[in-house]
Amino acid sequence: MTDLLKVEDLRVNFDIHRDGDMPWTPPRRLQAVSGVDFTLKQGETLGIVGESGCGKSTLARALIRLVPGEGRALWLGSENLLGLSRSRMMKYRSQIQMVFQDPLASLDPRMTVGQIIAEPLRTHRRDLSAPRVKARVKEMMERVGLLPNQINRYPHEFSGGQCQRIGIARALIVEPKLVICDEPVSALDVSIQAQVINLLMRLQQEMGLSLIFIAHDLSVVRHISNRVMVLYLGKVMEIATRDALFGKPLHPYTQALMSAVPIPDPKIERNKTTIQLEGDLPSPMAPPSGCVFRTRCPKAQALCADNPPVLERKADGEEDQKVACHFA
Amino acid sequence: MALLDIRNLSVDFDTNDGTVSAVSDVSLSVAPGATLAIVGESGSGKSQTAFAALGLLARNGRATGSVMFDGQEILNAPLSVLNRIRAAEIAMVFQDPMTSLNPYMRVSDQMAEVLTQHKGMSKRDAVAASVRMLDAVKIPDAKARVRLYPHEFSGGMRQRVMIAMSLLARPQLLIADEPTTALDVTVQAQIMHLFAELQQEFGMAVLLITHDLGVVAGFCEEVLVMYGGRIMEQAPTDPLFETPSHPYTRGLLKAIPRVDVATHALDTIPGSPPNMLHPPAGCPFEPRCRWAGEDCRAAVPPLDRFAPGRSRACIRKPEELT
Amino acid sequence: MIIEKEKMTSLADRLVEQEVKGRSPWTDARKRFLRNRAAMAGLVVLVLVLIFAATGPFLARFSIDEIDFMIIGQVAELGGPSFETGHYFGTDDLGRDLFARVVQGTQVSLMVGIVGAGIAVIAGTLYGAVAGYAGGALDNLMMRAVDILMAIPYMFVLILLLVIFGRSIGMLFVGIGLLSWLDMSRIVRGQTLSLKNKEFIEAARATGVSGFRIIIRHIVPNLLGVVAVYATLLVPLMILTESFISFLGLGVQEPLTSWGALISEGAGTMQYGTLWQLAFPLFFFVITLFGFFFVGDGLRDALDPKDR
Repeated sequence: MTDLLKVEDLRVNFDIHRDGDMPWTPPRRLQAVSGVDFTLKQGETLGIVGESGCGKSTLARALIRLVPGEGRALWLGSENLLGLSRSRMMKYRSQIQMVFQDPLASLDPRMTVGQIIAEPLRTHRRDLSAPRVKARVKEMMERVGLLPNQINRYPHEFSGGQCQRIGIARALIVEPKLVICDEPVSALDVSIQAQVINLLMRLQQEMGLSLIFIAHDLSVVRHISNRVMVLYLGKVMEIATRDALFGKPLHPYTQALMSAVPIPDPKIERNKTTIQLEGDLPSPMAPPSGCVFRTRCPKAQALCADNPPVLERKADGEEDQKVACHFA
Repeated sequence: MALLDIRNLSVDFDTNDGTVSAVSDVSLSVAPGATLAIVGESGSGKSQTAFAALGLLARNGRATGSVMFDGQEILNAPLSVLNRIRAAEIAMVFQDPMTSLNPYMRVSDQMAEVLTQHKGMSKRDAVAASVRMLDAVKIPDAKARVRLYPHEFSGGMRQRVMIAMSLLARPQLLIADEPTTALDVTVQAQIMHLFAELQQEFGMAVLLITHDLGVVAGFCEEVLVMYGGRIMEQAPTDPLFETPSHPYTRGLLKAIPRVDVATHALDTIPGSPPNMLHPPAGCPFEPRCRWAGEDCRAAVPPLDRFAPGRSRACIRKPEELT
Repeated sequence: MIIEKEKMTSLADRLVEQEVKGRSPWTDARKRFLRNRAAMAGLVVLVLVLIFAATGPFLARFSIDEIDFMIIGQVAELGGPSFETGHYFGTDDLGRDLFARVVQGTQVSLMVGIVGAGIAVIAGTLYGAVAGYAGGALDNLMMRAVDILMAIPYMFVLILLLVIFGRSIGMLFVGIGLLSWLDMSRIVRGQTLSLKNKEFIEAARATGVSGFRIIIRHIVPNLLGVVAVYATLLVPLMILTESFISFLGLGVQEPLTSWGALISEGAGTMQYGTLWQLAFPLFFFVITLFGFFFVGDGLRDALDPKDR
C-alpha cells in the first residue's frame, strides 16, 4: 500500500504576546508540537492519544493548515502540504476533511442541515447544479443514518449523536481521502458513542478512507486504530501497531496512561495496579531539558535530563514499534 | 439506619415549552460509610436527583417526595436548615471546580471561611486546619499553596482543593457529581485513588454520580442505573457487571470498548435518549429496546426486587433477554 | 446497528417524500418575542406612532407654516386644543397648527433615528466583522481608528458641522450617521472574536471557504441577533441626539421641525400657561422612546443565546 501522508519533523510554534507586553518586546515561544514523524497508509487509521495540552489537536490542525506548521507533510509522496501556496492548497482541502469534537458547536446554528452538508460541495464543486447538490446531500444523509427529509431542519433540532452524523456527512460529501477526527465521540453519551464509532468504521471501509483519530480515551482508540501514536508535551513518546502498543507498551508514559484507564469490570479494576504519575504537566513554555517526560517518570535518571532520547526501535519491541526512552 | 433515604422523589421543571419531568419516582438509600454510584447518560436525571435532595434545583424546578437525612426530612426544608446540613453534614464536589471556587479569593480565605462560619473557629486555627486538609489531599507544599488563588492551580489540583474544602467540616456524606469527567485519565486515576483513601480515613459515605462505568467498577459497592429519569436497575457492583439484568445495562456494557481486551465489533443501542418533554408512555427505554413489545408501552414497569439486594424495572424476565 | 438501519429505512420510505420544515432559530425567537407582553405593547405603540406620522398630514386642517391670524396674540386664551378651531393639539406661539407640526416633527425624528441606526447597522456590522475576523495588525489598525474617532467630542463636531455647512436635515443625517456606527463596530467586533473561535467557523476554514464568504455566510447571520437588539436601542439614542441638537437651536431649520425643536419651544412658553405646546410633542417623544426600549429589551430576551 502506498503512503498517503508522510510527515517528517513537523513543528508548530506559537508566539505568545502577554498582555501588557510592549509591541517591541520579543514574544515568548511555545512549542506545541516538536519534531513529529509518522506515515499514514491508505485506508489506515492512526490513533493519536495524549493528555490535554499534549499537542494532538494542534498537530491535526497543522496538517490542514489551520495553524502554521513547519517541516514536511508529503501527500502521496509528491507535494509538501506545509509549503503550498493558498491556491495550490485548495486542491487538497477537499481531500482532507475534519470531524470536530463538539457536535453542536461545529454546526452553524443559523443554517439548515442541507446547507451545512452542502458547504464543502459548494466550495469545491462549483460546477454542480443546485438540484444535483441537493440530491448528493440527501444521499449522504441516508448513508450516515439521517432521514433525508430532515434536510431543512436546523442543528438545534437534533440530538448530539445526530449532530455528529451531520458533521460526518459534511466531511465525507466531497469524497476525501483522509478524515481527521478530533475527539469525535468524547462529547457523546456512552450509548451514542458506539453508534458513531461503528458508523465511522463502516464508512471508512466503504469509501476506503484513511483516518487520523485523535482521542484521550484509550479504549476507543484501541478499538478503531490500526496504529497508535502517543504524544506528550508535543513529542512522540511511542508509536506502534495497535496490538503491539496495547499488548506490550514500552514507554513508561504509555504504561502509566494505560494503567490509569478504568476498566468496566470490578474484579479487574479493583485489583489492577495503577502507575501513579507525580506532579503536573510542565508548562510547554518551559519544557524540561532532555526527555520531556522525565519530571514525572518513575524510571528517570540523571541521563534523562542531559540527553533527549531518540524515537527508535527497541530490541524487545515489535517490528513497527518505536519508543523514545533510554530505559525502555 | 440509612444515612440518606430518598423516597419517591420526582423533579419537574417548568420550561417555556412545557413541563420536563427530569426525575420520576426515584428511591434510594445510602448507609453510613457506604459507596453508591448513580450511573446514567446526560439527561437521565442522575444529577438532578442529588440537586433536589440538597435543595439546589434551579428556580423553575419542583421536587416532590421525601428525602430523609439522618432521620430528618430535608426535601424543601427551609434554607436555614439546608444551609446547616450542607455545610456540616453533606458536602458536594462538582465536575468543574471553578464553578464552586471564588476566583477572587485566596484558597486559604475560602477554606477558612467554612470553618469560621460554621464551626466558630478562629481564623488562625481555620487556616491551619485548611493546610492540614490540603496535605491530606496530597497537594505538595500546601503551606505555601494555600495562599494562592484558584486559577493558579492546575485542573487536577483544583479538584483536590475542592475536595479538601468539602471535607473540612468532616461531612458524613460526600456527593461527587462527575468529579473526574473534566480531567485527564492519569489525573482521574489520582483523584479516584484519593477518594478511596479519604473514604477509608474519614469513613464518610460517598454518592458518586457518573457516566463512566469503569470508574464505578473500581470504587463503588453498589450501583443504581438511571435512564429517562427513572431507576432501571439497582445492584451490588459485582453482580451488576457480571449479570446485568436490565436491557439498558446490558446494552451499555456491550457498547463500551475496553482498553484491556481487543473488541471486534461494538453492539450499539439504536436511537437516542428520550426527550423528557414528551417521555414515552411506558418504559422510558422501550423505543430503543430489543425486547420491547406492546406490553412495554402500556405502563411504566415497577422496580421489583428479584434477588437479594437487586432490583430491576423491566417486565421481561432476566432469562428472556438473550 | 442492523435494527437501527431497518428502522431508519422503513421510516425513510414512509417519509422520504415530504421534507420536514425546520424550526429556525429565528422562528423560536419570534415565538418568544410574541409572548413578551411588554415588548408587544411597545411594538403596538411604535406602530401607532408610525401610523400617526404617516396619516397625520391627511388629517391636519392646516399646513405646518400656516399662521392662524384669529389666534395669534391670544394663544393662551384661544390657541388651546379644540375640535372647533380645527387645531386638535392647539397652536404654537405663532398661531401655527401644533397637530401638523407634531406630525411633521415625528416624521423628522423617526427618520433621523432610523437612518442613523441604519447606517450604524450596515457600516458598523461590516467594519466590526472584518476587523474581528481578520485579527492581527488590520484589526489593530481599524479599531485604533475607531478609538481616535471616538475620542473626538462628537457633539462638538456635530455642532461644528452644522455651523459650517449650514443647518439642514441632510447635514444632520451625515453628522449623526458618521458617528453612530462607532459603538456598533466595537460591539460587532467583540462578538465576531468570540464567534471566530467556534468550531463551525473552524470547520468552514478547514474546508477552504474563503474569508469573505465566511464573514457573509457564517459570521454576519450569527451576529444579526445582537445587531438587531443594539439597533433598536440605537434608534432612540439617535432621536435623543437630534432632539438635543434641535433643543440647542441647531437642528432642523424652520419652518420644518422635530420633536426636540417642538419641546424646546414648548418649554420656552411654559410659564404663559400654554402647557399643551410642551405636552403633545413630549408625549410622543416619551412613548416612542419607551416603545423602542421595550422592543429592544424584548428582542434581547428573545434572541439571547443563553436560552437556545
